[in-house]
Amino acid sequence: MATSTTAPDADRREPRAGSPARGPARRPRGPRRSLLPYLLLAPAVVLELAIHVIPMVVGVWMSLLELTQFHIRDWSTAPFIGLENYRATLDLNSAAGKELLHSFWVTLAYSLLSVGFAWLLGISAAVVLQRPFRGRAILRALFLTPYALPVYAAVITWSFLLQRDTGLVNHVLVDQLGLMNERPFWLIGDNSFWSLLVVSVWRNWPFAFLCLMAGLQNVPGELYEAAAIDGAGFWRRLRSVTLPMLRPVNLVLLLVLFLWTFNDFNTPFVLFGGSAPEQADLISIHIYRSSFKTWDFGSGSAMSVALLLFLLVVSAVYLLITNRRRDDHA
Amino acid sequence: MSRRHLGIFTAAVLAAASLTACGGSGDDSASSPKTLTYWASNQGASLEADKTTLQPELDKFEKQTGIKVTVEVVPWSDLLNRLLAAAASGKGPDVVNIGNTWSASLQATGALVEFDDAALQAVGGKDRIVPAALAAAGAPGKPPAAVPLYSMAYSLYYNKKSFADAGITAPPTTWEQLAEYGKKLSTGGKWGLAIEGANPSENAHHAFTFSQQYGGEWFDSAGKPTFDTPQNVSAIKRYIDFMAADKITNPSNAEYAQNQSVSDFANGKAAMLLWQSAGSNLKTQNMPADAYGVAPVPFLASPPAGGKKVNSMVAGINMAVFKHTKNKDGALSFVKFMTSDEEQTILNKTYGSLPAVKTAASDPAFSATEQKTIQETLVTTAAPLPQVPDESTFETLVGTAMKELFADAASGKPVTEESVKAKLTDAQQKMR
Repeated sequence: MATSTTAPDADRREPRAGSPARGPARRPRGPRRSLLPYLLLAPAVVLELAIHVIPMVVGVWMSLLELTQFHIRDWSTAPFIGLENYRATLDLNSAAGKELLHSFWVTLAYSLLSVGFAWLLGISAAVVLQRPFRGRAILRALFLTPYALPVYAAVITWSFLLQRDTGLVNHVLVDQLGLMNERPFWLIGDNSFWSLLVVSVWRNWPFAFLCLMAGLQNVPGELYEAAAIDGAGFWRRLRSVTLPMLRPVNLVLLLVLFLWTFNDFNTPFVLFGGSAPEQADLISIHIYRSSFKTWDFGSGSAMSVALLLFLLVVSAVYLLITNRRRDDHA
Repeated sequence: MSRRHLGIFTAAVLAAASLTACGGSGDDSASSPKTLTYWASNQGASLEADKTTLQPELDKFEKQTGIKVTVEVVPWSDLLNRLLAAAASGKGPDVVNIGNTWSASLQATGALVEFDDAALQAVGGKDRIVPAALAAAGAPGKPPAAVPLYSMAYSLYYNKKSFADAGITAPPTTWEQLAEYGKKLSTGGKWGLAIEGANPSENAHHAFTFSQQYGGEWFDSAGKPTFDTPQNVSAIKRYIDFMAADKITNPSNAEYAQNQSVSDFANGKAAMLLWQSAGSNLKTQNMPADAYGVAPVPFLASPPAGGKKVNSMVAGINMAVFKHTKNKDGALSFVKFMTSDEEQTILNKTYGSLPAVKTAASDPAFSATEQKTIQETLVTTAAPLPQVPDESTFETLVGTAMKELFADAASGKPVTEESVKAKLTDAQQKMR
């Protein structure tokens, strides 16, 4: 994706490079020569097919079948039911449809908030650590710790911390600081959404920090000096130098973070143990529950495909808008 | 579409594609005539403890037959998923333990070897097996899909000292008494009854028993779900009300899914517990056998019309063989070994369960109070969960609905007939 940011320039140069003056006349087309590029491409194409395209096509095919426990062993016996799975799962008057929609809104709110906070923390830390000072290396390493920890180990620790009777969070809040009279629940009820969000931000912000820190290395110091001579203060420099220079990084970072959080399965699965409370019922867990727990892989696939289409549209619109804007700026 | 747009769309497709690209992973069955892979369910205090229990027996089997059995103890939270993945992929273990309530569901996948008369003969004969246990090994009218291994039933475990301190002389025999005693026992940071509120399977087992006592059924005779009948609503509400209305259960129990309720009982934080064969687990948690009593699960004081005298499901673990095994004879001889009198005595003694074969039941180890109570329940007042293909889905959906109701009760939201009915109706709509 990073290459797409340089694509327009390449596009513009291409006609010149491939002008008719050079070309077929000077390159005799033997069968061997024309095969070579394809051979070189083949491993990538095969892997792409095996890892992305085939599972996707299989997923779409599954969504058209009534694939329940009776047919899971031999798919060829599963009745073809066309769009029935889509009708059943996307019908907003049915319980399943309502729950899917609820889950969709929860996931959207979760993703936007999580990406927003992760980015905010990431940029703050990156800017603070931009200039060398004593202990900077230690802080950098410390900030990256959540990203380096294995996700299961880290989230299980959070689930222990957040337990009502034995968790450290309530111990500090209630027993030591005396901020509340009642021990609140963190893993069930309304608080579960915020718990999930905190854990997600904690896990994701180091990645934002890492990318933005790398991006900041490429901002020439002269720009800041020039801005300082022009009398720009900290905020003005941040707004007029740092953020515009980080634009290409942000473009990719925000999209990737959004897709990751939207699809995040590990965090809710480990935090809530398989079935999340409805306030934190992320769509990935919801689909997992529909497919595996109720053994209905057809409707689980239908939900996945619907979600794929949604993310496809979001990603495409996002890339179109950001590309158009860059063209305007150019 | 310009080349750039094409590029954008390709990038978007690839970025979003990771979603549907989820694949199952199955372990390769390492079977050859001299090896078997066995997935055992978690019966003891930990996965490690189970391995220690089973390994000497497997070594014995290898000595007798030359077949090496590789065992993996699978936690309950993963077992059904893993079995399903194995059934779907045709790869995985040769022999597995299954919860007996899943028998008909797994049978419907067609992935398990059917134990017709010949196969039953190969593992020691049908007549040796306890009939009630065999009835819970597959759908009625079909050859069983598994062979019973351990037999269990729910009992009421109560802390003798807590009861004596509260001036209670005998365990409750009705739910009304249990609620009343529970209130007396819920003082000073201690609670009357411990409940595994976030564990859908546990919840569903109680849903079955309470529904039977209220005259309800979860499936009609055609196998169609009947979740939201008035009887079932009353049954579920009665159970949730131990936390919501009687307040004899710590609200924290709404988070419990890793047997914390057993720990609470063992540590004296709760005075009563409804559990299957808890004895061996309590022992490993340092609760001496004379510190607790075991009694049959209570009934309603005045059951409504149609209410049945059922206070437990026929619980147990069955052993099944996958059709994809490359060593069916070896697998069957392993099942025969595990259900032999000697192994039945050794293993059930360790786990505190009862033998699934009549011929091993006479061992004095099975005449302790706990085992006698289980035995009596199994013979007189236990009923099998409906052996229909959708049973495992019932456990998940109704069990999860109850988990959500416990969460409501814990966070102070009212639990009413309407809210219970709404949850059950939703659950039923998700069945097909």
